[in-house]
Amino acid sequence: MPDSAWGPCAPSHDLLKAFAMQTRPLAESVAMIPDGASLLVGGFMAVGTPERIIDEIVRQNKRNLTVIANDTAAPGKGIGKLVDAKLLRKAIVSHIGLNPETQRQMIAGTLVVELVPQGTLIERIRAGGYGLGGILTQTGIGTPVEDGKQSVEVNGKTYLIETPLRADFALVQAFLADYLGNLSYALTARNFNPVIAMAAETVIVCAEHIVPVGVISPDHIMTPAPVVDYLVANS
Amino acid sequence: MDAQTIIARRAARELSSGMLVNLGIGIPTMVANYVPEGMHVFFQSENGLIGTGAPPEEGMAHPMLTDAGGRPVTALPGASTFDSAMSFGLIRGGHLDLTILGGLQVDQDGHLANWTIPKKLVPGMGGAMDLVSGAKRVVVAMTHTAKGSPKIVKKCTLPLTSTRQVDLVITELAVIAFPNGRATLIETAPGVSAAQVTEATQADLVIAKNVPEMTL
Repeated sequence: MPDSAWGPCAPSHDLLKAFAMQTRPLAESVAMIPDGASLLVGGFMAVGTPERIIDEIVRQNKRNLTVIANDTAAPGKGIGKLVDAKLLRKAIVSHIGLNPETQRQMIAGTLVVELVPQGTLIERIRAGGYGLGGILTQTGIGTPVEDGKQSVEVNGKTYLIETPLRADFALVQAFLADYLGNLSYALTARNFNPVIAMAAETVIVCAEHIVPVGVISPDHIMTPAPVVDYLVANS
Repeated sequence: MDAQTIIARRAARELSSGMLVNLGIGIPTMVANYVPEGMHVFFQSENGLIGTGAPPEEGMAHPMLTDAGGRPVTALPGASTFDSAMSFGLIRGGHLDLTILGGLQVDQDGHLANWTIPKKLVPGMGGAMDLVSGAKRVVVAMTHTAKGSPKIVKKCTLPLTSTRQVDLVITELAVIAFPNGRATLIETAPGVSAAQVTEATQADLVIAKNVPEMTL
C-alpha cells in the first residue's frame, strides 16, 4: 500500500503491519485446511454460513473432517454440501432433523453424529474460546445427554459438567469486515459466528462487505480484529 | 374447528402483554396467529431474534432474517438480534416467561418426552432441552393421542427432554395441570366430557372439583 500520498496521516499501513491481519484469495485460504481437520462453522440452517468457503472445501475435496456447528443445514445448503460430498467423519451438532442425508450416513455408520443440546453446545464453544475449564448446566439431567458425564452440586442444585470445545479452524461469516479484521454481523446471521471466532487455532473470515478501517464504529464491532487471522479476499 | 386450531387457540390464552415467549415448531407456531388484539408479546426465535413477526410479503424476504427453521420472517418494532450464547442465556437464565412446545409423550408426573423416538426419529434435541429446563413456564401443546394411542401416559417410555415438570398440557380434548405433582384435568374442550378424556388417557387423571369448558 503506497503511503507517500498520505504522509504522516497513513495509519492503516502501520496498523495492518502491526496486527498482521492477512487477506488471502479464497483458494489459498482453504488450502491451509488439511484433511482430518476440525472445523467450527458459523450458521443456523445455513443462515450465516460462509458458503464461499464451504464451496471451496468441496472443490478441493478436503476429507475426513470434523464439523462443530449448530446443525448440518439441508442437502445442497451450507454444511449440507459437505455432507452431500461425504467429506465429514464426525459432526458435533444440536439438530439434524432437516437433513435426511446426514441421518442416512449416520444410520449407515459412515458419519459419527454427536448430538448436543443447543444451549450446551454454544456454551461449550464459549468455554473453549474464553479459557474456561467447562460449564455447569442443568440441561440434560435425567436424559441420555448425561450418560458418562460427571455432575456436581452447587448451592443445593445438581448440574452436569460439560467440557470445553475448540477446533483447528473457525470458518466465520461476517456482514462487515474492515481491513484489520474487525467484524460485525447482521440480523439472524450472527448466531454462532462471534462465539466460534474465539475458539479456534486459526480463524478464517468471509464477509459480505470489506470496508475501510473506521467504517464500523468501535461500539458496533462484535469481534475485535486481534482474534481474526485471515480474511478471504473478494473474488 | 379442527384439533390443531382448538389447541392453538386455547394455548394463545396463556399469553399476556409484556411476555417474552418461545414457540416450538408445529402446532405451537400456530399460536402466534391467535394473539388477542391489542396484546403485545415478544416472540423469541432461538437463532437470535426477539420480536419475530409474521412471514414477509412476497418479494420482501431477507436472507439474514429468519426463524429457527431457517424460514424468512419479519421483525416487529423494538426487535433485537443477538448471538446464540445470549439466546440461550435468555432461555436458561430465567428471562423467558413462557415456552410452548410440542410433545410426543407427557406422563402423570409431568415429565415431557418430545425429541426422539430411538431408531425411528433422531432429529436431535436442538433447543428443546434448554427450553424445558430453563423457561419460567412450560406449556405443552399437542394432540391428545397419536394414531389412537394415548400420549398422556403413566410413565414416559421415550427418552425424556428434561426432569423438570411441565406446567400445563393443552390438547384438543382437555387442559391438564399438575397441582401437587399429579396430572389433573382442569378443563375440557367444548362438547367433550371428562369420561371421554379419561378414556383417551393412559395416565391416572385426578378430576378437578370444577372442570369448566375451555374458552377459545
